[in-house]
Amino acid sequence: MADESLFDFLHMEIVSHIYKEQQSSKGEMDNKDRAVCVSVLESMGFRVGQGLIERLTRDSPSFKDELDVMKFVCKDFWTKVFRRQVDNLRTNHQGTYVLQDNKFSLLTQLSSGKQYLDQAPKYLAFSCGVVRGALSNLGMDSVVTAEVSVMPSCKFQVVVQKL
Amino acid sequence: MSRQSNRTTDSKKMNSELFTLTYGALVTQLCKDYENDEEVNKQLDKMGYNIGVRLIEDFLARSSIGRCQDFRETADVIAKVAFKMYLGTTPSVSNWSPAGDEFSLILENNPLVDFVELPDNHSMLVYSNLLCGVLRGALEMVQMAVDVKFAQDTLRGDNVTEIRMKFIKRIEENLPAGDE
Repeated sequence: MADESLFDFLHMEIVSHIYKEQQSSKGEMDNKDRAVCVSVLESMGFRVGQGLIERLTRDSPSFKDELDVMKFVCKDFWTKVFRRQVDNLRTNHQGTYVLQDNKFSLLTQLSSGKQYLDQAPKYLAFSCGVVRGALSNLGMDSVVTAEVSVMPSCKFQVVVQKL
Repeated sequence: MSRQSNRTTDSKKMNSELFTLTYGALVTQLCKDYENDEEVNKQLDKMGYNIGVRLIEDFLARSSIGRCQDFRETADVIAKVAFKMYLGTTPSVSNWSPAGDEFSLILENNPLVDFVELPDNHSMLVYSNLLCGVLRGALEMVQMAVDVKFAQDTLRGDNVTEIRMKFIKRIEENLPAGDE
């Protein structure tokens, strides 16, 4: 019922708020401050991802294997959260997956090309958390990072943690 | 709530969940960062304001609504167009003050509070306070200074959610000093 744009507005404001709050205590932001911001955003995303995947998979049967889970994430989950499917999924079949989204919805409004490339990580932290949270509730502990070389194309790297 | 198997309804509902859950994560984080509910309410209002000043442009672009003639028209546009467009719900406009400068929006349902319960130690928290800031910020961009607050909140035990809006004054456009 809520319009899609509301999430975009909210997400941008959340990022802005987190960085402003961290900066207000001192003048400059150093790498440690930036890491704190990213970490806060990522953990917010984690909770959201957990909740979303629960709602989405309530009535689905369990998944066959890791690859099945990742395909679900790339198709159904990505469509639910980021309004399109992942364009490309690669894996080394040893627990590392790379999900490539060529028009990542949270980056399309920032730029297309190289402008603001250094700002991209701020806007990806939450999403990494969302993915990590979703996988966590599907039984996969992972580390999720994202990298951008040309906006709005984005690569998410998922490294599954084996116990 | 019955689930329609209509594709469009489903996907709109899903996006609503993303927004609702994200908002919940935000409020939770703010409660962690600030000691008391009053501070959290203030932050939500501030963030809402920042969103509102941008949202108004999105709204004006998508709705092609022209200038409102008076505050009554403003109220109608907010309830019937804006709320419908963004939150998928149409509040009713009521409780007009005799001077016509104050009214209430009564919301039957508030997507922000799906799945939400307030714990006992946060009785002063105005969970949806972001909305007040959004309305305030948006209207300021169309030259209206308003005061917006929640008069009733289903999360705090009331039957309905009621937002009270009061017109303060018209903001004169500040034209830059030019060569006369």
